[in-house]
Amino acid sequence: MNLHEYQGKALFAEYNLPVSKGKIIYSADEVTDACNEIGGTSWVVKAQVHAGGRGKSGGVQLINTPEDGIKFAEKWLGNNLVTYQTDAKGQPVNSILIEECTNISQELYLSAVIDRDSQKIVFIGSSEGGVNIEEVAKNMPEKIIYQGVVYGDKSLPDNASNIAKVLKLNDIQTIQFISMIDNLLRLFVEKDLSLLEINPLVITDSGDLLCLDAKVNIDSNALFRQPELLEMYDETQEDPQEAEAAKNDLSYVSLDGNIGCMVNGAGLAMGTMDTIKFYGGNPANFLDVGGTATQERVAKAFKIILEDPDVKVVLVNIFGGIVRCDLIAKGIIAAIKEVEVKIPVVVRLEGNSADKGSKILSKADIKIDSINDLAEAAKKAVELAK
Amino acid sequence: MSILVNKDTKLIVQGFTGSQGTLHSEQSIEYGTNIVGGVTPGKGGMEHLGKPVFNSVDEAVEELDPNASIIFVPAKFCKESIIESAEAGIKLIVCITEGIPTLDMLEAKKRIDDLGVRLIGPNCPGVITPGEAKLGIMPGNIHKPGSIGIISRSGTLTYEAVKQTTDLGFGQSSCVGIGGDPIPGSSFIDMLKLFEDDDQTEAIVLVGEIGGNAEEAAAEYIKNNVTKPVISYIAGQTAPAGKRMGHAGAIIAGGKGTAKDKIEKLKECGVHIADNLVSIGSKVAEVLQH
Repeated sequence: MNLHEYQGKALFAEYNLPVSKGKIIYSADEVTDACNEIGGTSWVVKAQVHAGGRGKSGGVQLINTPEDGIKFAEKWLGNNLVTYQTDAKGQPVNSILIEECTNISQELYLSAVIDRDSQKIVFIGSSEGGVNIEEVAKNMPEKIIYQGVVYGDKSLPDNASNIAKVLKLNDIQTIQFISMIDNLLRLFVEKDLSLLEINPLVITDSGDLLCLDAKVNIDSNALFRQPELLEMYDETQEDPQEAEAAKNDLSYVSLDGNIGCMVNGAGLAMGTMDTIKFYGGNPANFLDVGGTATQERVAKAFKIILEDPDVKVVLVNIFGGIVRCDLIAKGIIAAIKEVEVKIPVVVRLEGNSADKGSKILSKADIKIDSINDLAEAAKKAVELAK
Repeated sequence: MSILVNKDTKLIVQGFTGSQGTLHSEQSIEYGTNIVGGVTPGKGGMEHLGKPVFNSVDEAVEELDPNASIIFVPAKFCKESIIESAEAGIKLIVCITEGIPTLDMLEAKKRIDDLGVRLIGPNCPGVITPGEAKLGIMPGNIHKPGSIGIISRSGTLTYEAVKQTTDLGFGQSSCVGIGGDPIPGSSFIDMLKLFEDDDQTEAIVLVGEIGGNAEEAAAEYIKNNVTKPVISYIAGQTAPAGKRMGHAGAIIAGGKGTAKDKIEKLKECGVHIADNLVSIGSKVAEVLQH
């Protein structure tokens, strides 16, 4: 689960990490009061969306009067912001963060992530901040440092000072930085983060470190013990079909093709997409209907797939493990009737009682192409989608 | 021979009396697995599926002397269950549960490594040695004793590979689902080592998918250490970039993680690639007939 910048910064503040003074607003009426409360003569206004690249797309602006802030708010609130990280539609802007203006002398990069290979929490630092870090990794790998922390290891001044050296911090900043890393690690572990990124981490003109941005991802598996973070969930930032699927405990990702896919198991779902592509078709989605493909779940999956107007045919691929295919077949037929599916459906059943299942499908009073061979089923779906 | 489990495996089930534990224990017993008892806190002293139930793994170990455990407890309790089992002296733990917090797994993994315990999973279908023992949720009837060792990150994809190798008459020595989580208890490499040393295994099928670096690491290992033929299928060739992998995570893998990269690396290291899900079995046949 992703957080907005203002939510991430509230967490940062809770953990004594340096952030700018700021205020979140939801309507243009609130701009003037917010500016007055923050004080000063210039401010930064930042559209809050779950995507990077906001600055280059007009979603971040320096303002010298509250009136300019009102204009910014009127322009963005209720509209979508398109950046290089979003799709063509963009992400809806429902709130704007107004912050005091910071004079920056240098931009740095700092992040933390759980690294699969070393099975550690790894901090990543770079002297090149404010830019796309993947580019830095590619072109100037010597300017990036990775420091792993073993789980439960409470003392890390060595790791922190190693990073500080690469960031070329002075002695006073290094002391500040070591305590920052300590707080960030505490935040990471206590709040079950999967990713934390500060880009840029800046040195202000007075020489202090400041977290100018905050990207925070939370491990969705751990939300049961993070109720206050779960409340920060912003459904408007999710793809509506993906959000609807997630609510029903289905895993769905929308793609560009026209062959809808319903599969049990994430690996097999990917494998099915690949097979469609292999035979010249294009999958419209990834959908894992889960281990127990009941009528209820299959019906919900059909509804979600059919909301995509491009879908011309649906390929159902179920490998019956513990659940018998004859039961699954009955569920599929009932679901097709319930949802009133009008486009062709190709079903491939394999595994436990697959023959019985296919018989039930071919005897059904609605048209279903029941094909037990996956290659043939995929070819049929590709043909029907043309 | 086989790997990890066989007819001498004495298994206890953690989360024995729950719905998942009950369903899959029934199926495993029917398959011939020697389940000697189970653990459900608060239900010690009762009998379930004709086997004794204990309040803790310690008590079960004391009474039954098991050599393996399978875990069906809910995700939020799995860290404790894994560590409890490892500290009680069980040397092989299979965790089926999906959705365990990653930080819990970091902690559990560190503990089992310190204790020298082998963990398969979590978020996996388990381990089976056809005809001998089934520690997991896979359908037993698609398997057949034979010569192919199968390792996979995905459940239903494993079943595809199993079905195809059964249909062509090869059968399997053992099949291991290592699970789809970022921090798995055992890696491809751990299983490759075991299959390489197993006399019954003539060829190894490695089913991978996008994300992380496990297939690349396995490829490198195969090149230097595995003499048996390895056949691989990688799922996710059409998966969009960025949907599953986080921003900084992609950097740490050094731009690795796509199906294309994995396939290239595996090929480079002498692994035979099945370029389509439906051709895993036929690729095995082609390789073994040479």
